Amino acid sequence: MEQFLGFALPGVPAGCTYALVAICLCLTYQATGVFNFALGAQAFASGYIFAYLTEYQNWSGFEAFLVTVVVMGPFMGWAFDRLIFRRIANSNTVAKMVCSLALLVGIPNLMPVFFGNQNLDATASILPFFDPNTVYFTLWNTPINGIYLSTISVTAVVLVLLTILLRYTNLGLQMRAAVESRRLVQLDGVNANAVVSVAWMVSGFMASLVGVLLAPVYGAGAFTSDDYVILTVTAIAAAAWALLRSLPIAAAVGIGIGVFTTVLQGYIPPNSFWNAAVVPSIPFVVIVAALLILPGMRNLDSSRDPLATIDPPPPPIAAASRAPTMDKIIRPLWWLIFAGFCVSMLTWIPDAWTGVFNSGLTYSIVLLSITLITGMAGQLSLCQATLAGVGAFTAAQLANHLGLNLLLGGLLGALLAAAVAVILALLSLRLRGLGLALMTLAAALFFDATFFNTTSITGGSQGVPIQSKWLGTSSFFNFDGHAMFLLSLAVLVVAVVIVQLVRKGTVGRNLAAMRGSETATAGLGVNPTWQRIMVFALSGAIAGVGGLLHSMEARVVNPTDWNADISLVLVVLVVTTSVTTVEGAIQAGVGFFVTEQILTTVLPARIGASSLTVVLFAFGALTYAAHPEGVLEYQKRRWNQRFERLFFNRGSPESPELTPSTLSTSHANG
Amino acid sequence: MADTAPLLTLRGVCKSFGGIHAVSQITFDVYPGECVGLVGPNGAGKTTLFNCVCGQLHPETGEIVFDGSQLVGLPTYKRARLGIGRTYQRVEVFTDMSVRDHLLVAERARRGEGRLWRDLLNMSKPTPEEMDRVAATLELVGITHLADTSVNALGLGNCRLVELARALAAEPKILLADEPSSGLDLHETAEVAAVLRTVQRERGTAVLLVEHDLSMVGDVVDRTIVMDLGAMLAQGTFDEVMADGDVRAAYLGQMGLA
Repeated sequence: MEQFLGFALPGVPAGCTYALVAICLCLTYQATGVFNFALGAQAFASGYIFAYLTEYQNWSGFEAFLVTVVVMGPFMGWAFDRLIFRRIANSNTVAKMVCSLALLVGIPNLMPVFFGNQNLDATASILPFFDPNTVYFTLWNTPINGIYLSTISVTAVVLVLLTILLRYTNLGLQMRAAVESRRLVQLDGVNANAVVSVAWMVSGFMASLVGVLLAPVYGAGAFTSDDYVILTVTAIAAAAWALLRSLPIAAAVGIGIGVFTTVLQGYIPPNSFWNAAVVPSIPFVVIVAALLILPGMRNLDSSRDPLATIDPPPPPIAAASRAPTMDKIIRPLWWLIFAGFCVSMLTWIPDAWTGVFNSGLTYSIVLLSITLITGMAGQLSLCQATLAGVGAFTAAQLANHLGLNLLLGGLLGALLAAAVAVILALLSLRLRGLGLALMTLAAALFFDATFFNTTSITGGSQGVPIQSKWLGTSSFFNFDGHAMFLLSLAVLVVAVVIVQLVRKGTVGRNLAAMRGSETATAGLGVNPTWQRIMVFALSGAIAGVGGLLHSMEARVVNPTDWNADISLVLVVLVVTTSVTTVEGAIQAGVGFFVTEQILTTVLPARIGASSLTVVLFAFGALTYAAHPEGVLEYQKRRWNQRFERLFFNRGSPESPELTPSTLSTSHANG
Repeated sequence: MADTAPLLTLRGVCKSFGGIHAVSQITFDVYPGECVGLVGPNGAGKTTLFNCVCGQLHPETGEIVFDGSQLVGLPTYKRARLGIGRTYQRVEVFTDMSVRDHLLVAERARRGEGRLWRDLLNMSKPTPEEMDRVAATLELVGITHLADTSVNALGLGNCRLVELARALAAEPKILLADEPSSGLDLHETAEVAAVLRTVQRERGTAVLLVEHDLSMVGDVVDRTIVMDLGAMLAQGTFDEVMADGDVRAAYLGQMGLA
């Protein structure tokens, strides 16, 4: 028993940190209706700045605490609400998730842009009465230091205060009401915007508190955002079991996961496969179990704003709304630009830029898989990079061990990626929106912790270098940039044709119908399950092929190129341009690498061009709030209208956005 | 009707939510080509019964037989392919899609089409026969002029007509119409009633109509079933059930009777 308690006790402070973040997630969801994926990023930013101030600016822990937690935390929360989430209060779950994912991706990348690449190791404590380095007493052979005591005491205080706030105060009641419909609550005389702002500020304060509280814990090693992402994912597991509602259950499950993890670690031999594979997978297994077992997790998106019907419908895409005359000009122009691009790639463009464009084209193929899932099926998958990785690693290992031609192996890899996608689709048959996003994120993290963390599969941190002999004896398919361009272009064209055919076909029409009303679609005789499985399989196969081609261009299949973080970045990229059109995927893929190359050329190295590129696209994705069709698509529509007004006298300057749909004065259910 | 086999048979259907009996021991038949009104005050269990027939809810006990097939255990889409069409109390249209596309989805779904390989081989373009059938249904419902309009641009009345047309495009053997006149003005209600009479007369489609507008029910139905608090209260011709004291009490309360 003493041994068990000795293993369990170290799990309590870790569990308390999971509990704190889980409480934060529940609070934000209950009070704002947003599942705040960015919580970990907020915590990281606060912890990072806290460590920077105490280490490089010689501030005391308390001073840094005041700035980062008391001032910066609530300000971040207020800014999130005022600038982003208030504008999408009446939008669907996918829009809210995309914005919080954009923040999750953008904020950690913003830190090196502002502060440069710092080597931080925070050790300062925010609580003057608990010193992190002092052991206060020993319990079951476990030394209890200041970190233990501060984490546990802060968790207890926060749990009590927030439970009182939500359950027993008028503000808490108003917060819960405002989640359903800000507009409806305002009709009752409540300043709903102020109420939700307060909720965001409390959430921001909490996130910053967690970040700073954990800074000494994570700061002992390398201070990276990955720690906070894993923390958030584990907290998501705890929050899921609380159905994102009950703070005490979230806290209890969070502490339970912490204790269970350390107990398991204690009993499993340290260097065994089980310790390496099973222990890191615990949070993902817990999330999947919650999603599969708890009916409440399937209906997270079921509430509808009763006043939603007064919102105008989204505008049509630019290509659908422009004048036929414009169409006659633009289409040949695009073909001309395309031909010019191809000729240039094969003639005068230097090798460095050929590689950039090839990377963009191959990335576009992976992004097209998101166009299928999100653009056509209206669901958010957060594991597309994983599927791309499955395709790439399968082809590389088949070539390495069986001598199979890499391209042939790529087809088998695509099949395997499709199979993985089908398994995911089967697991998430009853899940929609947030549930599906969490399931796919859990799958991506599961792959990161297991298969992609196995050296025999992924070649360790160096990855699997791709050898030219794997392409066979053909002199055409070598690693020459021109050959790669032709190969990438050919596959991209095939992928584009496939996506377009599906969009215009019966499956595409059924998916569009399911987006509108799955109940009514099934009521007509469409099998929604089968439609979903088909689109997942196709999406997985396309991602697998794209993954292999991108790795071929990079000359290496590296697990870090296809981890869960990259999955999030992919979503952010394609949402920024347009998730509903194939050109949106191509513009996102090529645009990302071209922007990165330009920034690398013009900016000093300390700023980090890659980070800044991700930040730029993340900010672009935030415009999803105002323009769910994509900011590029929005700009295209605006410029179309300007040209039409100037040259064809079409439309009026006073009402540039008016379309037949936005002119509707009444709407279904209204 | 008695000498023909019933199209839809319900025997002792029960459905409860927690401790509330939403539908309790419901038993009745609907014959081919018959129009049956299902009326009752709010909360009587009419829509719940529709959901049990369509497969969106699963009854705890009882059996539902449609055209000789046992429905209990079948998923919604398979019931639809057997020939059960439905409109919804709260309009369920496919946002962003044109009216014609609504009907095309129904037209294809009826035959269980939706194979990916046909799409990939570009074999999924609407055929002239399909377009003709869609055009005929649009004309039947009187919304041909809206064919290429997005439903986003339509008002509630037209959305209800689109829903009706979509259900009819699947050429159902029975149409379950859930409050089709809800939110419509007198003119639009008359249009819907005319369409229901036409499909019953010309296509031989049976209709099970849930409706609060009793004058419309009286105009359209052959037989009326009254439900209250989940149970069947009365059935017979419209005039018979409206003269029933229990029915009047359920609708008007004791004060109304006095």
